[in-house]
Amino acid sequence: MTAFDAIRAVLIIPALAAGLLAALPGYRVTSRINVVASLLTLLAAGSLFFLARPEPGSYLFIDDLNIVFIVLNCFVGFTTSVFSMTYIAHELETGKLTPVYLRFYHAMFQIMMFGMNLAFVSNNIGLMWVAVELATLSTVLMVGIYRTPAALEAAWKYFILGSVGIALALFGTILVYMAAQPVVGEGTDAMVWTVLIQKVSAFDPALLNVAFVFLLLGYGTKVGLAPLHAWLPDAHAEGPTPISAVLSGLLLNVALYALLRFKMLLAANPAAISPGPLMVILGLVSLIFAAFMLYRRRDIKRLFAYSSIEHMGIIVFAFGMGGPLANFAGLLHMVMHSLTKSGIFYAVGHIAQIKGTQRIADIRGLTSTHPWLGWGLVLGVVGIAGLPPLGIFMSEFLVVSSTFARQPLLAIPLVFGLLVAFGALLLRLTGVAFGEPTGSTAPARASYVPMYAHFLLVLGAGFYLPPPLVSWFQNVAGLLG
Amino acid sequence: MALILDLLVQGSQMALVLALAPLLTGFVRKVKARLTRRQGASIIQPYRDLLRLLRKEVVLAQNASWLFRSAPYLIFATTWVAAALVPTFATGLYFSWTADLIALVALLGSARFYQALAGMDVGTSFGGIGSSREVMIASFAEPAMLLTVFTVALVAGSTQLSTIAEVMSSSHVGLRVSLGMALFAMIMVAIAENARIPVDNPATHLELTMVHEAMILEYSGRHLALIEFAASLKLLLYCSLIACIFMPWSLASAEAGPVAYLVGGVVYLGKLVLLGFALAVFETAIAKMRVFRVPQFLGAALMLSLLGTLLLFVSRTL
Amino acid sequence: MNGLSFDVAHLLAGGLVLISFMMLYQDRLYSLLNIFAMQAVVLALAVAWQAFVQDAPHLYVTALIALVLKAIIIPVALHRTIERLGIHREVETVVGIGLTMLAGIGLVALSLLLMLRVTIGVDALAREDLSFALCVVLLGLLMMVTRRNAVSQIVGFMSLENGLVLAATGAKGMPLVVEISVAFSVLVAFIVIGVFLFRIRERFDTVDVGALHRSRGDSE
Repeated sequence: MTAFDAIRAVLIIPALAAGLLAALPGYRVTSRINVVASLLTLLAAGSLFFLARPEPGSYLFIDDLNIVFIVLNCFVGFTTSVFSMTYIAHELETGKLTPVYLRFYHAMFQIMMFGMNLAFVSNNIGLMWVAVELATLSTVLMVGIYRTPAALEAAWKYFILGSVGIALALFGTILVYMAAQPVVGEGTDAMVWTVLIQKVSAFDPALLNVAFVFLLLGYGTKVGLAPLHAWLPDAHAEGPTPISAVLSGLLLNVALYALLRFKMLLAANPAAISPGPLMVILGLVSLIFAAFMLYRRRDIKRLFAYSSIEHMGIIVFAFGMGGPLANFAGLLHMVMHSLTKSGIFYAVGHIAQIKGTQRIADIRGLTSTHPWLGWGLVLGVVGIAGLPPLGIFMSEFLVVSSTFARQPLLAIPLVFGLLVAFGALLLRLTGVAFGEPTGSTAPARASYVPMYAHFLLVLGAGFYLPPPLVSWFQNVAGLLG
Repeated sequence: MALILDLLVQGSQMALVLALAPLLTGFVRKVKARLTRRQGASIIQPYRDLLRLLRKEVVLAQNASWLFRSAPYLIFATTWVAAALVPTFATGLYFSWTADLIALVALLGSARFYQALAGMDVGTSFGGIGSSREVMIASFAEPAMLLTVFTVALVAGSTQLSTIAEVMSSSHVGLRVSLGMALFAMIMVAIAENARIPVDNPATHLELTMVHEAMILEYSGRHLALIEFAASLKLLLYCSLIACIFMPWSLASAEAGPVAYLVGGVVYLGKLVLLGFALAVFETAIAKMRVFRVPQFLGAALMLSLLGTLLLFVSRTL
Repeated sequence: MNGLSFDVAHLLAGGLVLISFMMLYQDRLYSLLNIFAMQAVVLALAVAWQAFVQDAPHLYVTALIALVLKAIIIPVALHRTIERLGIHREVETVVGIGLTMLAGIGLVALSLLLMLRVTIGVDALAREDLSFALCVVLLGLLMMVTRRNAVSQIVGFMSLENGLVLAATGAKGMPLVVEISVAFSVLVAFIVIGVFLFRIRERFDTVDVGALHRSRGDSE
């Protein structure tokens, strides 16, 4: 078995599972098939670490950077499928979902995994675009699955803004091809990323600059960067919670990954504009904007959706700063955020189901009524707010300290934004977790394993990062330039 | 001798437009009538009307000033000069150096200015409404016209109609979107300027919808004849202008012999028939729009001409 | 030959821009759809011409897709939907048509300025195609932003997509063009028409997105 087989497995398993899940009836079987397929994908992805790397093909390839993304993707995908078993069972019981839509849901979940994995392993910028588009459209359908007015509006908004983003990204991709064509020659080669990165120094810098602006706006919409974020809170709040978890934890990363690939291209052309400052500005704007918006949230899923915007802002800021340390911090932060945020959404999903509401004001005193869920949420929010000893504290600390070392002036708005968000999250947390309990106190039928698995990983990372992982990340950070 | 000949040719063009203008109006009316399955008046009816009006006595309002009396002559004179400048059957005539598109727009603009003033002079409310509407239409139509001129001039490298016609008939202009847009914009402007449907109805006597007719409501006798004549001349002018810029085929060049002039003249007549026919069909097919929609219609013309100018920069000279 | 091939491409691409403006000008849904169908036909012609000029037979497939799907199937389907919903009268705009047109002119000027400046090294045909394509893309965006009605937003999106197809075919020898246009058309067609319109109608009897805003979760 070579690494190419593993890549193919990462793609084929979800695709086959999607077909199978669309065809099979029954909740018990299909939800288990969903878990098994996700597990198999995760195993295939994990094997990528150990197998010899093949030469990059003209469509697929594997390198140090995308392995990190794929493994993270498949891991969170797997835990989400476990979480979604209990979550969806509850939705079926309460009649929010019908069996037909359940089939559809499972199939779409696997198609989304397929799209995201394809985006990561594609070596062709056109193929990558198609894959991101596929992943987006499948999530659009899932956001609208409840068919309530709010859900439809959220899906519509997501669809419109997402399409605009994807259209701009395609235009940027075409421009990159135009820049590459005189140097590389016509045909497929001019869209192969590994070829582009070798010859990019000879490309027309003006075209590359404009292309990057389009790509930044296009994929930036999907990352949820500030002026283009409007779809994100609605989509998170109105869709099923497993989808909120993968949206925050994974789909934002896919767009970010695409952006990073193009950033690397631009950085390798000395005459082109440096992409860093643009990303730094967008990142800071997102961070500060989202931090203030956190105070006015009344819906618990929207609250964490804005927190995702905030953290994507931090990550984009870190990658925009560039350099080994900031890139390392950005990568680490991305992983930590994915794990923590999806863990939080697992908790929030069960909480909203028990209480029958997503209004923060109606959820009180969770730690006394549902200690496992309540304390889990406390742990998650403490983590996401950036308190020690969890992993996010470490990555945020790295971002801030590397910024202080190089651009002290930029560190001031950064720290300001972090503190504002910190205050908002803790303020909301105290109400939800402590105080006089309200609402239903029925015992929870929740799956705690995925949630606590995520939190334990984040906690562990806060204390100790294994040296192989550190050196791997350092290597990737070097690649990012 | 050559000078006399040149003057003769130029003079014949001036006479030609004068002679053809009522005929064109009559032709359009006839075609419209036939299209609506009416018999219609004879093609030469406009000549008879003009003669009849000339013979009639002029009735003036008591408070009409000298402006009211002199306006018809001014309007007729400026319009005639403008119409006579546009190359009809030949380019490079003796006065062609004055046949500048911008001068043309200015001449027509001053004719409209006199007309609007005269409309308000007597102080009736209809005249005032007509003038105000006319000026509103003009405020959209004139910029559109100027931008069209600008587009055409950029392509031809000149605002002189003779030069433009020569450049346009040469082969290296090619197909250009800009010119198409300029053509459409000019047609829309022409429709508005000549008070045709859908902007105005030349045959209307319904006070609320009138624009052009409202302004000349107080005129009678030879004054009215002159104004009507000027209106016919204006229609002919726009037809010749469109023919000269956008279909400059078989225009005789300067110093060509009488045969070339004759061919040019026949082809010119053909073009007029074509345009007049198209106008009649268009007018029959479409309904008049409300006055408040006119700015939108002309706004579209303005936009088209602006777009045409912009798109010029993406042309073969890249 | 070269001059003529450029002229025809120029004419067709410029026609697309002009039709985009005509779509902005419309205030009836039916006429909007008719004009969209017209744009699709012109796009098909433009793509077919590119296929002929570049000697790239696979582009004929793209042209055919544009013709069959966008000029016939989607307009007919949307037509039916509009008929059933009885919303053919007005297109609700956020700002006035005149202002929209002016903004459109500004966008065209912007995109021409931008694209002509950055594509100096590229050959004239592709240059002209790209600048027109960006115009169409931006005008489609403008349409989506200034219209409240879901159907006209879809039409705006599809016209935006027309611009992208034009750009992709104009870039000489670009791979995956057919695949991209297939992905775009099929997905958009299915998602938009199949799912959204029918659901939105089912739930609200309106496709005015403005009406949906009342049911926001967060704005109490």
